[in-house]
Amino acid sequence: MHGSRRWARAAVVAATTALVAGSLVGTAANAQEPKTIGLWTHSAGNPAEMENIEKWIGEFNASQSDWKIEIQAFPQGAYNETVVAAALSDSLPCILDVDGPFVPNWAWAGYLKELNVPAETADQFFDSVKGIWDGKLYAMGQFDAAVAIFALKSDLESLGIRVPTLDEPWTLDEFNAALEAYKASGKFEHALDLGTAWTGEWFPYGFSPLLQSFGGDLIDRSSYTTAEGALNGDAAIAWGEWWQSLFANGYAPGTSQSGADRDSGFVDRRYGMSWNGVWAATPALEKFGDDLVFLPAPDLGTGSKIGGASWQWAVSSTCDTPEAGDAWINFILDPARVAAISDAQTTIPASDAARALTTKFVEGGPLAIFYDLSKAQAVIRPPTPAYATIAKVFEKAAADIANGADVAATLDAAVDEIDADLAANDNYGF
Amino acid sequence: MSAPAAPARAPRTAAVAHRGDAKWGWLMAGPAIVLVITFLIAPFVMAFWLSLTNARLISPNAPEFTGADNFTRLLGVQLLTLDPERDAAGAIVLDEAGAPSYPSIRSFTRNKETFPQYAGMQEWFTVGLGDTRHVVLASDTVFMKSLVNTIAFAIVIVPLQSAFGLLLALLVNRRTRGVNAFRTIYFIPVVMSMVVISILWKFLYSPNEGMVNSFFSAITLGAFQPVDWLGNPTTALPAVMFMSMWQAVGFHMIIWLSGLQTIPPELYEAAGLDGAGRVAAFRNVTWPGLRNTSVFILITITIAAFGLFTQIDVMTRGGPLDATSTVVYQAVQQGFRTQDMGYGAAISVVFFVLVLIVALIQRRLTREARG
Amino acid sequence: MSRMQRRVQQGDERVFLSLRAVLMIGLAILFLFPIVFMFVASFKTDETELLTSVRSVEAFLPVGQLGLENYQGVFDRVPAPQFIFNSLITTFATVILGLIVNSMAGFALSRLHWRGRDGVLTVIIATLIVPFETIAIPLLFVVIRLPWIWFSPETGLQLEWGWLNTYHVQVLPFVVNAFSIFLFVQYFKSLPIDFDEAARVDGASWFAIYRRVILPLSGPVIATVAILTFLPMWNAYLWPLMVTQTEAIRPVMVGLQYFFQLNVAWGEIMAYLSLITVPVLVLFLLLQRAFVESIAASGVKG
Repeated sequence: MHGSRRWARAAVVAATTALVAGSLVGTAANAQEPKTIGLWTHSAGNPAEMENIEKWIGEFNASQSDWKIEIQAFPQGAYNETVVAAALSDSLPCILDVDGPFVPNWAWAGYLKELNVPAETADQFFDSVKGIWDGKLYAMGQFDAAVAIFALKSDLESLGIRVPTLDEPWTLDEFNAALEAYKASGKFEHALDLGTAWTGEWFPYGFSPLLQSFGGDLIDRSSYTTAEGALNGDAAIAWGEWWQSLFANGYAPGTSQSGADRDSGFVDRRYGMSWNGVWAATPALEKFGDDLVFLPAPDLGTGSKIGGASWQWAVSSTCDTPEAGDAWINFILDPARVAAISDAQTTIPASDAARALTTKFVEGGPLAIFYDLSKAQAVIRPPTPAYATIAKVFEKAAADIANGADVAATLDAAVDEIDADLAANDNYGF
Repeated sequence: MSAPAAPARAPRTAAVAHRGDAKWGWLMAGPAIVLVITFLIAPFVMAFWLSLTNARLISPNAPEFTGADNFTRLLGVQLLTLDPERDAAGAIVLDEAGAPSYPSIRSFTRNKETFPQYAGMQEWFTVGLGDTRHVVLASDTVFMKSLVNTIAFAIVIVPLQSAFGLLLALLVNRRTRGVNAFRTIYFIPVVMSMVVISILWKFLYSPNEGMVNSFFSAITLGAFQPVDWLGNPTTALPAVMFMSMWQAVGFHMIIWLSGLQTIPPELYEAAGLDGAGRVAAFRNVTWPGLRNTSVFILITITIAAFGLFTQIDVMTRGGPLDATSTVVYQAVQQGFRTQDMGYGAAISVVFFVLVLIVALIQRRLTREARG
Repeated sequence: MSRMQRRVQQGDERVFLSLRAVLMIGLAILFLFPIVFMFVASFKTDETELLTSVRSVEAFLPVGQLGLENYQGVFDRVPAPQFIFNSLITTFATVILGLIVNSMAGFALSRLHWRGRDGVLTVIIATLIVPFETIAIPLLFVVIRLPWIWFSPETGLQLEWGWLNTYHVQVLPFVVNAFSIFLFVQYFKSLPIDFDEAARVDGASWFAIYRRVILPLSGPVIATVAILTFLPMWNAYLWPLMVTQTEAIRPVMVGLQYFFQLNVAWGEIMAYLSLITVPVLVLFLLLQRAFVESIAASGVKG
């Protein structure tokens, strides 16, 4: 009964839209026709990604006759807001993609349904692309992203800096010395571009692993009930002091960096090195070719760390044909499809089987290093519903410290805000 | 019709004419009233109710009534007095720089057992008197700074933008050819989206070699040192003020202009015959003629200034160091982005009260000015 | 007045006028330069060149590689005509409904005598101090619970709950505008009352007087309200972002988000910004005179 009402509603929405737009398209529902399944993605405006998804939808719809998937694409900047609004009004589609770290928040709120993915499939994928909450799998990603230091071999040689490797990354002292050498060369506006122009998720994704490498964290992962000690302990304060020094010493452009500088500064040779994601590798590679190297994150105390978890696929709890959602997700986890999307948008295939089918990430491929980085160093952002708050709080704290705020006081304030959020939500059941 | 009957007729006509007005009044104002209640007053009342709860934007838990909790968290302030540390002999301990050293604020705010009243608070600002330091702690320093920024923004922008608008209006208040083109040009930023303008100005303000820096460097023959306009806490708010004025001043120019055009030219002729100079003519004729217009301008700019949001959201996100954070920005940030709907609603309520107070003060002042 | 004095005065006058001209031109440059930059940049097809040009006067000059590729890119990336169409629909619907509803209210609140009138007017004016952002979320809770009745030939009358993802959810909350009502009230107050009272005594209904007598005299204020409604609707961003779920109804400002993907194409952004700014500029140029005159006539006069 519920199902038929939802179906009627979908028809009504479609008909209203058609009517208002002045079109005369009729929407007679035929029982023999496959059932329409809504799918939302954040990829609007990203042609490479859209092309693949649309192709798979065509293949999926042709491969069986029960369901017909219909896509709605949203621009990434508006996606979370739209999904929250839709969830509040029970109008989520069956299938949707979710930014990995937010999966626990949405699962906890009851928006997502546990996935039915065979263990032998799931086991092939990196842990960082699995959206797990309360021991259950709520989302699966095809790919992950990784961050590296983009630099030029010729620069490193002329400045006499050791080229770090995955097994032997730079230590904190070596990294600081490298920054100073770039600065002292006088050839660059800034030694290192951190990408502070990118607001939002880039801050926790790109910068909290540096904190973790110092030994701090966004929340105490032994209990998930407080950030005290993790985000304002000695290790975190050491990170904060170091982070501040990057800007105070002029090594990195500050938070007022414009988006255009972020996009063009390294390629224009105004920035010596760039802390950037795998998705930006292609343009840089085209410009510098063999001279370009991707260096692993420095080991700032407790090992090299980079962020894990990218966009993942999930099924909404209001979906009345979850089997269609599961079928879709199993369909796109096929290694060939994972490989195709990874090559198309330059993200890391999240399984060995898929990797072998890519051109960019296959062993010996131009970006193979990113696959190794992701596998070796990826740390997921804390899998807790509190992450929605933690992300905003950390972004502000990192920006404030970069701008010269007192480190300990700023981190204390961040801890208080996170702890207040935890208390207000009964620790999210932890 | 005989002349004597006329004065007696008018009130009678009015009485007849307005019979049954109540029905027509409610009927014709009805659609507007229904829409205002549904889309403005209902959400407004809901915001008041939400501010008394711990409601979350998304949560499986039912919201609970928490009374004034949100407001205590928002507005809580404590004074902490710090005396310099003294050694066993009672002499003030000096640090390496020779200044008295004080116990750290952290030792009070992170010590729940001994000082529960300071728990969870941060330093807002400190006043030093003699050797004693008076530290004002607030439980939400970001909000306190946002409140101060919002008020500062309004205090600066209201007189400056009014004056700048008047200057533009005086420049284009002529009926010569070509003046229309200038009116249009000055008005163009008004028709553009604030989102678009904010994206453009972020470009222009960019540090090192942004266009604004290049311009100053060119006119000073290179003597000007580049400024990180949006990245420096002292210049960020003024930079936002300038671009906000740049965007909106055309609108107020038009309003001033319409005021100017209602001043009869004979008054200027009379003043001209008296040999009054430009300044005197302005003071004696123009300004008195613009009184009502100025009240209108004052109110519209004040309302817009308090609602400052889009520029901040696109250009600075409240930074650096909260130097550009505003009350409305915090309401959105807390209520929507960190999903703390009840707290965001409490910020909105404080905002309403603040603007209401300002509006009442302005009304009082402008009434007095009008005599 | 001696000839000498007169010559000095004329000299002063000339200096004053040329200073004034310089000032006006300088200000014109100040107001135009970001917009010129936007248009010029939209034709620069080499991304690196575009970003480097920002550092010099080249930002304003059509130099380097020029072409329409950015515009082509815009159309490849977003359904721009659809978005512009959607914005036109919601904007014009709001303008027209707003003119009707607000002018009727303004009429009832200025020319009729009824109990409660001043109270209603005060409450409506008081809503001016409520910025949209502060009530956006409660408003969302309101609209997802509202009913909507509509008719189609196949299915007859239909009742539907929840307004998300429609044109009307983008329109109806913005129809009533306190500022528009205020402008109408001020304007209507300035029209002489004798004539409509006479018509009323002769048996005309108030609605007939409003439609046949008052509205035809209200051209200027209608132009003002139309422009002042058009601008925020065309530029609407936060609300449509929350309530639109399909490209079939998405407006232009949400479309802007399509360009802020991982690799930002600034040339395309400038092209899109130019595309969505032009309609508003054209409209303003067409209505400019009526707009200036109408504000003068709308009751903010001395």
